[in-house]
Amino acid sequence: MHPVLTLVIQRLALGLLLLLAASVLIFVGTEILPGDVAQAVLGQGATEQALANMRAQMGLDQPAYIRYFQWLAGAIQGDFGVALSNRQDIASSISRRLGNTLFLASVAAAISVPLAIFLGLLAVRYRDRWPDKLISGITLTSISLPEFLLGYIMMYIFAVQLGWFPSVSNINAGMSFGQKLNAVALPALVLTLVVLAHMMRMTRAAILNVMQSAYIETAELKGLRRLTIIARHAMPNSIAPIVNVVMINLAYLVVGVVVIEVVFVYPGMGQYLVDHVSKRDVPVVQACGLIFASVYIGLNLVADIVSILSNPRLRHPK
Amino acid sequence: MNDEFRYLMARAARGKLDRRAFMGRAAALGVTGAMANTLLATAARAQGPQRGGHLVIGMQGGESTNSLDPALAASQVPFTYLRTTGDTLVNITPDGQIEPRLAEEISASDDARTWSLKIRSGVEFHNGQTLTAEDCAQTLRRHSDEESQSGALGIMRGLTDIRVDGDTLVLETETPNADLPYLLADYHLVIQPNGGFDDPAAGIFTGPYKWVEDEPGVRHVMEKFANHWDDSVGHFNSVEVLVINDATARNSALQSGQVQIINRVEPRVAGLLGRAPGVQIHSTAGRGHYVFIMHCNTAPFDNNDLRMALKYAIDREDMLDKILRGYGSLGNDMPVNEAYPLFDETIPQRSFDPDRARHHYERSGHDGPIILRTSEVAFPGAVDAAQLFQESAAQAGIPIEIVREPGDGYWSEVWNAQPFSASYWGGRPVQDQMYSTAYLSTADWNDTRFFNDHFDSLLLEARGELDLDRRKAIYSEMGMMVRDEGGLICPMFNDFIDAHNAQVDGWEGNPNGEMMNGFAAVHMWSTA
Repeated sequence: MHPVLTLVIQRLALGLLLLLAASVLIFVGTEILPGDVAQAVLGQGATEQALANMRAQMGLDQPAYIRYFQWLAGAIQGDFGVALSNRQDIASSISRRLGNTLFLASVAAAISVPLAIFLGLLAVRYRDRWPDKLISGITLTSISLPEFLLGYIMMYIFAVQLGWFPSVSNINAGMSFGQKLNAVALPALVLTLVVLAHMMRMTRAAILNVMQSAYIETAELKGLRRLTIIARHAMPNSIAPIVNVVMINLAYLVVGVVVIEVVFVYPGMGQYLVDHVSKRDVPVVQACGLIFASVYIGLNLVADIVSILSNPRLRHPK
Repeated sequence: MNDEFRYLMARAARGKLDRRAFMGRAAALGVTGAMANTLLATAARAQGPQRGGHLVIGMQGGESTNSLDPALAASQVPFTYLRTTGDTLVNITPDGQIEPRLAEEISASDDARTWSLKIRSGVEFHNGQTLTAEDCAQTLRRHSDEESQSGALGIMRGLTDIRVDGDTLVLETETPNADLPYLLADYHLVIQPNGGFDDPAAGIFTGPYKWVEDEPGVRHVMEKFANHWDDSVGHFNSVEVLVINDATARNSALQSGQVQIINRVEPRVAGLLGRAPGVQIHSTAGRGHYVFIMHCNTAPFDNNDLRMALKYAIDREDMLDKILRGYGSLGNDMPVNEAYPLFDETIPQRSFDPDRARHHYERSGHDGPIILRTSEVAFPGAVDAAQLFQESAAQAGIPIEIVREPGDGYWSEVWNAQPFSASYWGGRPVQDQMYSTAYLSTADWNDTRFFNDHFDSLLLEARGELDLDRRKAIYSEMGMMVRDEGGLICPMFNDFIDAHNAQVDGWEGNPNGEMMNGFAAVHMWSTA
């Protein structure tokens, strides 16, 4: 078998194993939380009788390992059961929320990834001169501000004062693509500002790293333009670390934007997860945890495979 | 006021002239902005409700775990959508009277134990079914079933028999209960076909709006139900409740006109928000109160001198000023205030008195720090309030040690479990219900562990007493007992603070609940 194929299959197998381990952790983690679903659902209004009724009805009286395997078997078939708190089907609620989250993440990624890489190249081209310093200064400032504050600032300027975009980014099935883009404009902008610096700095550092190599000198001696050298000769050799950072940020855009969702009232996965955590709605928390773990593991897998494939020594073995 | 101005005002009230243009012309005629605003509001109200328009309400208090099953409702968004799409047998008016709704006539036997409610005819459910007395009976049965998870279970316990006699619903109570109609106005008790036994979360009710779309924790869309029995309510074509749990996001949404009404304006920004163009802040004195509760049966709080020491050691004025920014009223260590019917206003107000506190503290013989548990979820500002309490108590030589508990699990591990903690109460429509819920010896939520036989017998006596003067006297005596012997430290009653912009009108505050007791969408109308 081709060694690259073996490596890729190994990575995939490792990813699956990791996912299984994550599922155990998620299950154990939700088990050791204080209090239980019945208490959380009934809240201050809980009486002993109502608590006992609810526990029996939810099957909370069964041992934990039995519930784990039942849950895993269901999850593999795409059946996460029903939410304990409002009896809605988890898979269908999640698919809508996940769709929204992916939509926002894609819009933010479509803006931020090309922009970050372009700015990174530009920063290398004008290294230590004013464009480099300006780019680093702005992106580092925006990453240093808490994201909710950035959100409020954008909201104040673009929604309350200028009225260009809505402050409430509610999207629903009845909206056209253009309307949806308009609705998510502000959160996408804030997310772009949040993830830009990390990717831009990594691109800059990775490329600078190879700029010292002998073949760059050769290219310079051939008389190529500086930006061409960076884009055609330096960039392909520093793709692995850049892809890694891009993937980490994409994963963040999918699983880590709960604050932005709350500020802009965006119906994504984050808010959905937080609501169910506070209600101890274990099946939903587990389903969300599993999906988030898959996203992380999946994206990192892609990063690994891209690094393997971008390495000519692995692609063309002797 | 000249004719030209009167003409402009009428046009503006009918929506033929927009607000900005009206204000501009008013200024040209020499009428000040504030004056013109007030006059316009009056004119619009005099004009009466207008039909049509789409109302968007931005609210805190909605989760993706919410259900359309009225039994499971607990937070503000379900409260509001049940009020908007459902009808209860009766409502409570802002001045505390019973307003017949699905029950058109209510009568009691002389001993106040048998109640007859004649059910309105010609009422239609959203699925086209006609309302019967049996539907009402089944609804009450579902909520009073011990097996049910209903939030109204506690108030339904006193019912011993629910039966139907033709078009009349007959209710029997265990002990005489002169306040029964008030209990039936509870928002959980919206009437469902066959009581909701078939499908509790179907969202089929009899209210002025019917369900279009339900996305828990995100948005809830309702439209006018054409066949609703009461033409005087439900003026909008459609109503949308957007869940906006973030306070700043709610304010921005109101200011940018994306929503017309918001709830839970934070006291510290209410003044600022009120200055935004077109925004009106409504502060409604209610019955909700913030409390510090001591278990009367647990050392060291089993000593009344220590309890009195702590009651004198809290600076209520300061707390009202700093925690609620004045949007509230002083508490008097009783769970009731003048917003309740039959409240005795002559009971003296307790105030901060370090000398008396010191005197009681020394008499109690207690030594060492007193542990007070608090959390951000206990009530807004509970951690700060505990610190203010600690400071004022220190002036009387009483050492309070604050333990900050995590919000997660606070209601199961701390409240009603630990001997001294911060908490809140939402208030109840009548005194009897408030005392029965939390101060009767046998109450589930007797969170001050107040066991007093004389108090219990007074409560039962008042409940069956149809002579109002006598009843008021009993309630006064009970209030004094809780105030001077109980484990409740009540520094303040909080107001509901809501806001709306100029696109809607018809606001009327109701002490029973925020957002006009949940009826904002039912009674207000569009001015656009």
